[in-house]
Amino acid sequence: MRIKKSIETRHQDAMCTNESKKSENTFASNLKYLLVGIAFGTIFVKAEIISWFRIQEMFRLQSFFMYGVIGTAVVVGMISVWLIKRFNIKTFSGEKISFEDKKFNKGQIYGGLIFGIGWAITGACPGPLFAQIGSGFLVVFITLVSAVAGTWVYGKFREQLPH
Amino acid sequence: MLELIKQPWHWSIAGILIGLTVPALLLIGNKKFGVSSSLRHICAMCIPANISFFKYEWKKEIWNLLFVVGVLIGGFLATNFLSNPNTIVVAESTKASLAVFGITDYSQLMPSQIFNVENIFTLKGFFFFVVGGFLVGFGTRYAGGCTSGHSIMGLSNFQLPSLIATCCFMVGGFFSTNVLLPLIFKLF
Repeated sequence: MRIKKSIETRHQDAMCTNESKKSENTFASNLKYLLVGIAFGTIFVKAEIISWFRIQEMFRLQSFFMYGVIGTAVVVGMISVWLIKRFNIKTFSGEKISFEDKKFNKGQIYGGLIFGIGWAITGACPGPLFAQIGSGFLVVFITLVSAVAGTWVYGKFREQLPH
Repeated sequence: MLELIKQPWHWSIAGILIGLTVPALLLIGNKKFGVSSSLRHICAMCIPANISFFKYEWKKEIWNLLFVVGVLIGGFLATNFLSNPNTIVVAESTKASLAVFGITDYSQLMPSQIFNVENIFTLKGFFFFVVGGFLVGFGTRYAGGCTSGHSIMGLSNFQLPSLIATCCFMVGGFFSTNVLLPLIFKLF
């Protein structure tokens, strides 16, 4: 029961609930994710997605750039997921790739609006925050610490919030 | 070739590469693309404080933390070795709107008039770093994901809750940019 509950809490956040039985969860076996992250961070900087100006352009409808990026990414993601499902493609280590459905709750509305407000102020969603710090904008470390604090406060008062 | 890479990348290139992160993570180890969860893992790791939301085995999610460390390193490498020698091109209409708020420095990807160490202990810094960051962390967790987990991974998998979340991200952003920011900028 306790395990089930823990899985449910983790499900809610698109976390990995489907642990690999192969030699995962050692530091070395996870290094490949570091490499994917490095590639991802590089794209963020090279396409100037981490720029506060790009977010301003987007929310003022004065540039197509960010809409183009997100739209293309979604289309590529959709095709990839479809192909994986259609041909039952396995992971490189031969395990089944699983997809869980997300459940609707009002948090997606309230939380979504709150995040949107913060996104326009900081010019960053969580991913670009890390890339901005790496790019040398060290003050963004404060933004990151504050974001961790925000996550913590949510966890603390979660039961009292409407969902 | 290097000269070409140093130019700012076209949106379609960036979009394709970001989209490919989804199958990359799935194929490498059945991992769902998402960044904001890392903030939760940091809470679980550093300050769980006996809160049930943070009592789980964060070590099983270490891949996600390594992923965001990678994003930080990627940001460092791209800025120091592949950076665009020219200044960022921003829409003239946006420049005109921002000039009203005193934002005129386009020499870096972030405006120095805001994202500057000297602003840390000012009201401006409080709004842009502390309040902004708090809303990002609180809002993404409340929504159960951010642009990556909902807008890209969720929409790729045709999840209606993710579409709702994405619409709310956008509504919040439009409101913040066009209504709140002009008010905030009046404070300083």
